[in-house]
Amino acid sequence: MIEEITILPGLDKTGCKENFTYITLKAGETISIVGPTGSGKTALITDIELLAQGDTSTRRRVIINGEIPADEIRYNPAMKPIVMITQNTKCFADLTIEEFLHIHARARKIPDEKVILETIELANNFTGEKIKKDTKVTVLSGGQTRSLLIADAILIGAAPIILLDEIENAGIFKQEVVSLIQNAGKMVVFVTHDPVIALLTKTRIIMENGAVKNVLYQNEPEIRAAQNLLELDKKIGNVREELRAGKAITFDFLAVNFA
Amino acid sequence: MKLVIIAGPPSAGKTSLTKQIVKRFRDEITIAFLKIDVVKAFEDIELRKEFGILTKKIYSGDLCPDHAGVMVLGDAVDWAEKSSADLLIVESAGLCLRCSPYLNQGLGIIVLSSISGIHAPEKMGAMVSLADIAIITKIDLVSQAEREVFIQKIREVHTKIILMETNALQGNSLNRLYNLIQNSPDINKDNLVLKGNPPLGTCTICVGKKEIGWKHHFGVIQKLDGQIAEYLYRGE
Repeated sequence: MIEEITILPGLDKTGCKENFTYITLKAGETISIVGPTGSGKTALITDIELLAQGDTSTRRRVIINGEIPADEIRYNPAMKPIVMITQNTKCFADLTIEEFLHIHARARKIPDEKVILETIELANNFTGEKIKKDTKVTVLSGGQTRSLLIADAILIGAAPIILLDEIENAGIFKQEVVSLIQNAGKMVVFVTHDPVIALLTKTRIIMENGAVKNVLYQNEPEIRAAQNLLELDKKIGNVREELRAGKAITFDFLAVNFA
Repeated sequence: MKLVIIAGPPSAGKTSLTKQIVKRFRDEITIAFLKIDVVKAFEDIELRKEFGILTKKIYSGDLCPDHAGVMVLGDAVDWAEKSSADLLIVESAGLCLRCSPYLNQGLGIIVLSSISGIHAPEKMGAMVSLADIAIITKIDLVSQAEREVFIQKIREVHTKIILMETNALQGNSLNRLYNLIQNSPDINKDNLVLKGNPPLGTCTICVGKKEIGWKHHFGVIQKLDGQIAEYLYRGE
């Protein structure tokens, strides 16, 4: 069981030691990593994903439940307690969706055959144009690929820690994904530029120059700000879906959405 | 002296991996490096300039590069030992998939890029199935799920292989490899043997005959539509 993971400091881009003693993330917690592009956000979640032991470019170390993880946990997908959704929106494997998921289920030692179709069904909740099991993964769009990979991470990866790298810029139904993941009782780490996601997480890690600059905890006004932004975000989402569907914005639409 | 033989298709990241190994060990031990290639190779000059280690290269030219490797490896071991090297790294050309350059001693490493195609591990035969370690490179270019699908494919070809994933340019998460190199026993140069079987080769095409058609050739070759019983063709 994963109770907590601890990040030990590494080096910033200039080779100076990071200014914290350790950061502990607990099971069930939601965390966001924010900061300008190039500040080291992706490097930080990659360290967590690889369970770095001073052997990545940042020299950080990641400890599970107070112990150095065994090689098997680091290198065997079936033992790995972490799933990660990267920014990649392309699959290169010459496989159908069904074959891809089958092999991944074997890699993660998931014997249940039902999980394949369930994963496709879940992916279809996140994407506009539906995907089918006998489509090749190489022809999926960026948004479809990410929807599939997110569904795969939830049902086949099925790990207690889930890392998401800029989930907002895939053109998928972000709210659905976020609420589903937040209610799953997992430790969730979002790398994000999205204020809604950042404000909804309990812990915010601020990055700068390749290093952790600060760690902040969600406060009362931020919770209120998040609620307001959620409303706004829904409205933006409604307009987006209208436009995507080829409709024009009408007075009726205005009255319903912006009264 | 320890021996590491690195194989894998072109552009998989063999040289980047070699550089990481050299960076890790060059302050502690003496390293010698041999590159075997067919037409052109720059790795020896690059590594000598960057790290000041002992390097050599050999062009196989008209000879198959794995064949060339077998012929010169004995000399290379002598050279490295005379130069008091503690570790000899041999980087193969990584071309033909019939053979593999690994020996009965030392470590055999296959380097595969995670974007090299899902069926690559199966197609690569002995280069994968006789390796001790597989290093998957360029993992920053694909999703975690796809990495794991690729790893699973390799495991299904070679269940006991030790797998590691890295971004070889940065050398991420290679501690396990360094430990394996550190703990690998010294080689005994009087008992070095190829792990795999070399190809059958008594073929007239291989010795340079250019004429087209069966009547000009003999050797161990198969007809295009040959039945199983005619598998071994010995000339007309």
